[in-house]
Amino acid sequence: MVFLTRRATFSASHYYWNAAWPAEENERVFGRCSNRNGHGHNYTLEVTVAGEPDPVTGFVVDLKWLKDVMEREVLQAFDHRHLNLEVPEFATLIPTTENLAIAAWKRVEPAIAAAGGARLSRVRVYETPEIFAEYRGEA
Amino acid sequence: MKAYFGRRYTLSASHRLHNDALSAGENRSLYGQCNNPHGHGHNYVLEVLVGGEVNPETGMSVNMAALDGAVRGRVLERFDHTNLNLDPVFQARVPTTENLCVTVFGLLKDALPGGELDYVRVEETENNFFEYFGE
Repeated sequence: MVFLTRRATFSASHYYWNAAWPAEENERVFGRCSNRNGHGHNYTLEVTVAGEPDPVTGFVVDLKWLKDVMEREVLQAFDHRHLNLEVPEFATLIPTTENLAIAAWKRVEPAIAAAGGARLSRVRVYETPEIFAEYRGEA
Repeated sequence: MKAYFGRRYTLSASHRLHNDALSAGENRSLYGQCNNPHGHGHNYVLEVLVGGEVNPETGMSVNMAALDGAVRGRVLERFDHTNLNLDPVFQARVPTTENLCVTVFGLLKDALPGGELDYVRVEETENNFFEYFGE
């Protein structure tokens, strides 16, 4: 079994806000992230797939294909967007790094499963070089 | 749903790799430059990964400010800008980065504000790092 990871970057804005809470509670829990005018990050998305190298090509998956899946399923929706206002998942879900990792998994997983062969192993989203979240699917 | 939250911190410290049970020559040949008598330092990067159910109210597996507080209180304030060899834990153990990594895991494991510690990674330089997942 070999694990293969592809990285891509996207830039987006967001804010953290739980509509069920009063403003003071949002400000207390989320701090500066609760500013309703939003703020932005340069995110890094890492998608890791696991599988056996193909005996003919030596590939676990074709990296160009994986790049295209990430581009089509995630970057086209997230890149240079306001996550709260323009990405359907985050109409109700707070766009934390954890939820971004889960949303990105759900977006790329069907295409990877449909291709057969390698399986999706891990999705990691870096909000900054010092902050990241990872989702490994449900065990 | 369970997701993992990762955070990176830096700490600067000095150390000297030396085992009193070995001769001067053996220490020299085993540890090389790292055995130089007056020690040397690194800018370590500490990476912590914590797994937990994503709280539906906050969208978070673990509160970052609380995690930062735990790491600062248990690890950074203890080791940052210190000589690792003088810390009680390194009286009986050589302060290799392996041992630092295992030590940090032990200090954080039961001190987290929530979630479960998945791994601790300590990067000694850009080119070498160590990871510990517990036993």
